[in-house]
Amino acid sequence: MAKKNLSKQKKMDTRVNFTPMVDMMMLLITFFMLCTTLAKPQAMQLTMPSNDKDINQLDDENKQVTKASHTITLYLGSNDKVWYVAGLPNYEDPSCVKPTSYGKDGIEKVLNEHTTEEGINPVAKIKLAKKELDAKKNEYGSKMTDEQYQEQLKKLKKGELPSGEKVPTMTVIIRPLNSATYENMVSALDEMLISNIDKYVIDNVDKMSQDDKDLIAKAGVK
Amino acid sequence: MAKIKIQKKDIWIDMTPMSDVMTLLLCFFMLTSTFLTPEPVSVTAPNSVSELKIPEQDVLNILVTPEGRVYCGTENKNNMQAMLETMTDKFGVQLNANQIKHFREDAMVGAGMSQLANYLSLETDKMGEAIQKLGLPLDSINGGKSEFQEWVTAARDANPDIKLAIKCDSKTPYSAIKLLMSELQDMNENRFQLITNLDVKRLNN
Repeated sequence: MAKKNLSKQKKMDTRVNFTPMVDMMMLLITFFMLCTTLAKPQAMQLTMPSNDKDINQLDDENKQVTKASHTITLYLGSNDKVWYVAGLPNYEDPSCVKPTSYGKDGIEKVLNEHTTEEGINPVAKIKLAKKELDAKKNEYGSKMTDEQYQEQLKKLKKGELPSGEKVPTMTVIIRPLNSATYENMVSALDEMLISNIDKYVIDNVDKMSQDDKDLIAKAGVK
Repeated sequence: MAKIKIQKKDIWIDMTPMSDVMTLLLCFFMLTSTFLTPEPVSVTAPNSVSELKIPEQDVLNILVTPEGRVYCGTENKNNMQAMLETMTDKFGVQLNANQIKHFREDAMVGAGMSQLANYLSLETDKMGEAIQKLGLPLDSINGGKSEFQEWVTAARDANPDIKLAIKCDSKTPYSAIKLLMSELQDMNENRFQLITNLDVKRLNN
């Protein structure tokens, strides 16, 4: 009797049907694919000057003077148009306001090819040095820590090249007109990141001087 | 003539490898993805090369739609409750338990204080529609702070470490964001995170 039972058990099929499990997995995956996102949003740090009048007065006393040839003013207009003025504007001649575009062949090129009164292109030099620094960091077996990298990057942005040469840094004034979009502003800030420019300010067009207003009106910036 | 023998064949398919793959995929999705944060209005952020990550906690999200409507909220429900209490005390608005329950279910505040009670009395499925036509008022009350500024102050009181993250649609006119930023600057909130999407194409160039 007992022997008969044992032989029967040996013949039993041990295969488990996985089809319901697969069904359930499919449902779960569909749920996760629809309700979640893979792309983690990025952020851009922006520090605006304070509106506080007391602080602004103090700033007036400690104002840093920048050489005219170290400054570029960007005017962001409607329909993704952008204009720039290199150095001080010439209020008599509206042709100092030149049109350009966003991106690699536009602002990036303008900044890259901007020559200061010392006869050098600081943005291009700093960018080249940053590329070397990045290569050193990403090199196989590199021992550079994140802090070291950040420290060197900070120095670069101040214009201290690893060769010991000191280059002037650029100052950019971004003036988005009321007709510009938020995307335009972010694109302009993006260019600052790409060109390693630390000194930039978003200026309020309503508060700019009458001369500037006349100039951009004459140059057809809108 | 040859006889067809196919009929006798067993059609059992082994699902084990398929199940293995599915488990792997499921694990991958569970570990790498984050849940979509519910937003009253869907907003497309502009692209940038910035690779900074936004912190997951202590963030006050400020949402700006293309029409310039402003919403704000934080992921911490207790902070939200504290903010609501500060605001209702200040403006003398009475809310019943059901309205507070609706408030807690909502991800962001978008109704002005005068409409808040009405809005929170709506059915849950109608709230989503109604909020798209609302938005926090940005004009100052009797020369003082605006309602939006009051909400930010309340958030700052509820959590002193809170950081401001502005998520704005790329098509929003600059005048709307200028107004928002100058309101924040007026109350000495000068540091914000602008939420953007990573522009991989530009980054690799």
